[in-house]
Amino acid sequence: MLLYALKRLGLALLVAAFVSVVAFLLLRLSGDAALAIAGEGARDEDIALVRRTYGLDRPLIVQYGDWLLRTLAGDLGQSLYFKTDVAALIADKLPVTFLIGSFSLLFALALSVPLGVLSAVYAGSWIDRLALALAVAGQALPNFFFALVLMMLFSITLRWLPVSGSDTWAHFVMPTIALGYYVTPPMMRLVRAGMVEVLGSDYIRTARAKGLSPASVVFKHGLRNALVPVVALAAVQLGYLLGGSIVIETIFALDGLGYLAYQSITHKDFPVTQAVLLLLALIYVLLTLVSDLLNAFLDPRMRVA
Amino acid sequence: MSDAVILPIETVTTKVGSPAARMAANPSVVTGLLLVGAVVAIALLAPLLAPHDPYAQDLTRRLIPPIWHDKGVWFNPLGTDNLGRDYLSRVLYGARISLLIGLSVMVISGLIGTALGLAAGYFGGRTDLVISFVITARLAMPVVLVALAVVAMIGGSLPVVILTLGLLKWDRFAVVMRSATQQVRSLDYVTAAEAAGASRSRIVLGEILPNVFPHLIVVATVEAGSAILLEAALSFLGLGVQPPLPSWGLMIAEAKNLMFFSFWLIAIPGTALALLVLGINLLGDGLRDVFAPDGRS
Repeated sequence: MLLYALKRLGLALLVAAFVSVVAFLLLRLSGDAALAIAGEGARDEDIALVRRTYGLDRPLIVQYGDWLLRTLAGDLGQSLYFKTDVAALIADKLPVTFLIGSFSLLFALALSVPLGVLSAVYAGSWIDRLALALAVAGQALPNFFFALVLMMLFSITLRWLPVSGSDTWAHFVMPTIALGYYVTPPMMRLVRAGMVEVLGSDYIRTARAKGLSPASVVFKHGLRNALVPVVALAAVQLGYLLGGSIVIETIFALDGLGYLAYQSITHKDFPVTQAVLLLLALIYVLLTLVSDLLNAFLDPRMRVA
Repeated sequence: MSDAVILPIETVTTKVGSPAARMAANPSVVTGLLLVGAVVAIALLAPLLAPHDPYAQDLTRRLIPPIWHDKGVWFNPLGTDNLGRDYLSRVLYGARISLLIGLSVMVISGLIGTALGLAAGYFGGRTDLVISFVITARLAMPVVLVALAVVAMIGGSLPVVILTLGLLKWDRFAVVMRSATQQVRSLDYVTAAEAAGASRSRIVLGEILPNVFPHLIVVATVEAGSAILLEAALSFLGLGVQPPLPSWGLMIAEAKNLMFFSFWLIAIPGTALALLVLGINLLGDGLRDVFAPDGRS
C-alpha cells in the first residue's frame, strides 16, 4: 500500500510539472504577450518597452524557470485587467466555485445513487427504462441551453429564483442544477452496472439465503461494494464540473473562478488565465490522486497494482 | 500454444445474428440513425429546403414570431431574428456547421487517439508508460478552458475551432483503444501472426485494428456528439465560430439578450442541438449494446 501510494504520488508530481510547462507555453506561444499587455494599436517602441519591463525578451526556459519559482512561492503576478494581485483575486473567487462544484456533485449523487440502485434492483422494469431514458436525454442537452431554460422557467415565468448574482443561497439553486445534471447520467449508469454485478454475486445469494431482509441485502451488502467505482468517477467528475463552471458561472454571473477565467480570456489577461488553468489542473491531479488512494484503500485487490 | 487450432475468435460479439441484423433490431440504433439521418439530409439539402438566404437581413421584418404564435406568418415559418434573417433558413444551414464540426473533430482526434492507444496497448512497457503519462497530463487540463484560451489568442473561425478541439479531444480514444488493444494483444491469432513472422505494422493494422474496431466506432460517436456540444458552448461564449455564420450555439448567444420576450429564438436552435446529439448518443449506446451486450456501463 505504501509503495503504491509513493508511486502514485510520484506520478502526480510528474503530471503537475508537465502541466505547468504546458500552461506556461500555451499562453506564451499562442500570442504575443507584450502586444496583449501594451494593448491594440500600441507603438513599436511601447511594445519593446513592455517586452523589456516584463522580461519577455529573455529565453523561454529562463522565463519559465522564473515564473515557476515565483508561482511556487505563491506569487502569481499582477492581473493586467483587474490591476490586482492574481493570488488574492483567485483566493477571493475560489469559495464560490468550490461551493457550486460541491453542490453540483451532491446533487448528482443524490439523484444518481437512488436511481441507479432502483434500476439495478428492478432491472428491465419501467423504472429502469425510464431512468435510462432520462440519462440519455440528459446527456444530449447542451448545458448552456438548459441553464437558459431554467432561467426562463424559474426566474421569469414563476419568479421563484433570482436571475443572476451570487449573494444568497437562492442564487446557487439554478447553477447547481445546470452544472450537476450533466454528470448525473454517467454516475447513474455506473451505480446501476455495479449494483447489477454485485447483486448477482455469490455473497449476495448467501446473504439472501441467510434470510436477511431485502433492504439489508441491497444496502448493507450490495451498495457498499457497488459504490467503490463511483468514488473514482466522482473525483474525475468534480474536475469536469470545475471546467463546466466556466460556462455556467458566466451565464448566471456567479462571481467564481469560472467567470474569472472567462473574463481573463476575453480581456487577454494571461497571468490570470495561466493561474486558473494551473490551479484547475492541480486540483484535478490532486482529486485523482485522492480517489486512486481511496479506491486502493477500499478495495484490497488494488493495493498490489 | 503453437499447436493450438487457430479459430477466428469473436472477441466482442456474443449474441446470434449478423451485426447488421442486430442493429436493425435495436431500437436505439434505429432511432439514432433516423435522427442523425434527418440532420444529415437537412445539411445536404439546405439550399433546396431553405425558403430564404440565411444571411439576408431585412430590418423591416425583425423578430417575427414562429407560425404557432398569433402573429406568425407563413413567409417566415420559424420567424425572424433580431436582424430580420429567416430563422428556419438559419437553423437548416446551421446543421452543416454542427455536422462538419462533429465529423472533422472526430476524425482528427480519432487518428491521434487511436494511434496513441494502439501503440501503448501493443508495445506496452516504456512506450505504454510514456503514453499513459501524456494521457493523464491531457486529462488534467480542462478542455473548455484551454480551447477558450487558444481560440481567443488565435481568433475564432471554423478551422481554428475544429483544429483546437481535434487536438484536445483524443483522450477517450486513446484510453479505450489502449485497453482494447491490451485485451486483443495476447489472443492466439496475434501470437500466430507474430510466429508467422508478420511485420509489426501488419499485425497492428491487419490483426489488431479490425478487432478493436467496434470499440472505436462507439467512442467515435460519443466524441462526435461531445465535439458538437463543445463548439456550441464555445460559440455561445463568443469564442467559437464568428457571426454571421448560423452556428446553433452562436444563434443562442445572439438571442440571449432577447430571451425574456422572444424565447423561441433560443428554444429552436437549442432543441435542434439536443435532437442531433440525442441521435448521435442513441446510436453510440445502441452500437455498444450490439457489439458488447454486457458492457452497459
